[in-house]
Amino acid sequence: MIIAENVAKEFTLHNQGGTVLRVMEGASLKVAPGECVALTGASGAGKSTLMRMIWGNYRTDAGHIRVAGTEVSSAEPRQIIALRRTTLGYVSQFLRVLPRVPTLRVVAEPLLALGTPEAEAEARAAELLSRLRIGESLWGLSPTTFSGGEQQRVNIARGFVHPYPALLLDEPTASLDAANRETVMCLIEEAKARGGAILGIFHDEGARARLCDRLVDVTGFRPGVAA
Amino acid sequence: MSDYNFAYLDEDTKRMIRRAILKGIAVPGYQVPFASREMPMPYGWGTGGVQITAATLVPQDVLKVIDQGADDTTNAVSIRKFFQKTAGVEVTERTTEATVIQTRHRIPETPLTGDQILVYQVPIPEPMRFLEPRETETRRIHALADYGLMQVRLYEDIARHGEIATSYAYPVEVAGRYVMDPSPIPKFDNPKLDDCPAIQLFGAGREQRIYALPPHTGVRSLDFDDHPFTASKADHACAICGSGTSYLDEVITDDDGGRMFVCSDTDYCARRAEGVQ
Amino acid sequence: MAMLDATVGHMPGMVETAPAPGPLLSVRDVGKRYGARIGCADVSFDLWPGEVLGIVGESGSGKSTLLGCLSGQLVPDTGEVVFDSRDRGPVDTLRMSERERRHLGRTDWAFVHQNPRDGLRLGVSAGGNVGERLMANGARHYGNIRATAQDWLARVEIDPGRIDDRPRQFSGGMQQRLQIARNLVSGPRLAFMDEPTGGLDVSVQARLLDLLRGLVRDICLSVVLVTHDLAVVRLLADRLMVMKGGHVIESGLTDQVLDDPQHAYTQLLVSSVLQV
Repeated sequence: MIIAENVAKEFTLHNQGGTVLRVMEGASLKVAPGECVALTGASGAGKSTLMRMIWGNYRTDAGHIRVAGTEVSSAEPRQIIALRRTTLGYVSQFLRVLPRVPTLRVVAEPLLALGTPEAEAEARAAELLSRLRIGESLWGLSPTTFSGGEQQRVNIARGFVHPYPALLLDEPTASLDAANRETVMCLIEEAKARGGAILGIFHDEGARARLCDRLVDVTGFRPGVAA
Repeated sequence: MSDYNFAYLDEDTKRMIRRAILKGIAVPGYQVPFASREMPMPYGWGTGGVQITAATLVPQDVLKVIDQGADDTTNAVSIRKFFQKTAGVEVTERTTEATVIQTRHRIPETPLTGDQILVYQVPIPEPMRFLEPRETETRRIHALADYGLMQVRLYEDIARHGEIATSYAYPVEVAGRYVMDPSPIPKFDNPKLDDCPAIQLFGAGREQRIYALPPHTGVRSLDFDDHPFTASKADHACAICGSGTSYLDEVITDDDGGRMFVCSDTDYCARRAEGVQ
Repeated sequence: MAMLDATVGHMPGMVETAPAPGPLLSVRDVGKRYGARIGCADVSFDLWPGEVLGIVGESGSGKSTLLGCLSGQLVPDTGEVVFDSRDRGPVDTLRMSERERRHLGRTDWAFVHQNPRDGLRLGVSAGGNVGERLMANGARHYGNIRATAQDWLARVEIDPGRIDDRPRQFSGGMQQRLQIARNLVSGPRLAFMDEPTGGLDVSVQARLLDLLRGLVRDICLSVVLVTHDLAVVRLLADRLMVMKGGHVIESGLTDQVLDDPQHAYTQLLVSSVLQV
């Protein structure tokens, strides 16, 4: 479902004398449907960079990245947009939404974008928010006013509201209490059970051990380090 | 006769105006620009109409001039005298006798015939002037018959007054093409524009525009399906001749609120009064 | 689990089976000079149905010139702008007659000006402003026109009770929403927007952006959005073109251009923003 082959990435900082930072080389991995793979490596090793390249957020300078048959590394923007709408989900650590849009709407939005009727989309959003213990009194408010943990859970609800066949998770259990952590792990297990291919960054070793089928250490993808 | 060329204007000017008239007749409702001349009367006194009349008159013509339907008001009297002096043509107050009728703000009640020319004085020829001040844009709207804006004017009327409150200078569509300002005639007169046997010429002196309706041109007053055009008048009969169908003026008779309604068309009223007696 | 299974009917395969025709707008080699100075040059792109394309760049970068060329307000020196019209299929809008272009301008196209005063008739009521396109397209039933206008006022979150108020009595944000209603009432498929949130305070901007996003989704509107505000494109645009000196120097997916800019100028632009 998610395939990276011999991927390389460098950043050219034009405004700092044209410094070229080579951050990744020869990165390869595969995530099959129903599989959960964790990216590991020290901070700054390139876990997020690789995730962002798969998401289509960073350009791929060499190699290939394919998600559900779409060649992300060379796709037209609209192909990536379609991929993100239907197939590839992403739960980042940060919630980026318009102020004033109510939480229920924020969570339902991926479904609305797919043409799901409003009532149905909001019902599903409501169910997820309840599972993640976001009180109903908060649904009408914008999540921009919420605490960090609440924002994190809204973000997770938004990422799981549509059953994406491929899912990228960036620290999904960080800063959650035990009960919510358990809920999120259940959500991930459910996604695996229905055949979702999941690639994640988990600093939470307990979660990693319970959820992940394999680990990929990105340290091996650093330029100069023998792969 | 006099020291003036016949009908005041020189022959070259008259030829220029006749060309504009002919073009106007060829393209009904289209505003033809023309090189309006200074006339020995102020703008707003009918200089456009006067120039058309001057270019139209021949010595055999019989001229009638009315202002708000009346032959005896200042504007009508001055213009009639002007042509008596400069053209020496015969003048009349009787609609049926006239071959050329210059008018301000009315169409005579007596039906016109194919031997007659009706000349209108026009203050503002552009029906969209107060909605779209750019002449370049209104010309383009006319050229492309892109008349949504015109309908907006009527929409605003209904929104504000509950009905189309425009009671004069009511816009019309000419021969299914150009939208035209019929000059400030009451909307009561609009139906008379349609299929009229006489030639109808419109002159705006200050704005330098001439437009025309050839005989038997189809003229439709703009409206909405659910707010159809109605030709309205005061709900009275004439206090002099008793007509219940002619357009009436309200006349204040004293300082105590006394008033009466009389025909605005003085000739029509007088003939009826004679007939009644 | 049961809940997630219930969504199988909306799985990707089914969504993507809708017939995918060509691009809605296809721009090739559009260029315009002002004497020796370049307005814009060699601009080519395709815009697909439902897509929002942001064009960013500093003042004088040529983004407004380009928008003018695309929307028929300026005549470019070179290139073609092919629009997939509803009734006639793909047509080069630069070579069509003015009548056809105006028809397009009041049916399939919308243009939202930065200053609502440029896009509204200030002497005409809100209802008349919204109804104008309908009337221009032949609507002659006052009651229906008014009902449609009221519906659209509500959709842009203006109290329908204010239908007879003039735009002058509205706040800046309301005027902008009225301009949007006036443009979208004919169900256009392509909207050109020139700094639609410029000059509005931040909270009003957010409300307008949310509204625009909903409308884009609900009526499958494609948008060419010119702005210098990177926060606006981040929230609204699917794709981004960065212009400098009349040329497109970088283009791509919005978050890719903003998060991994390739060109020196784009890097400078992104790093100059306080926080997007």
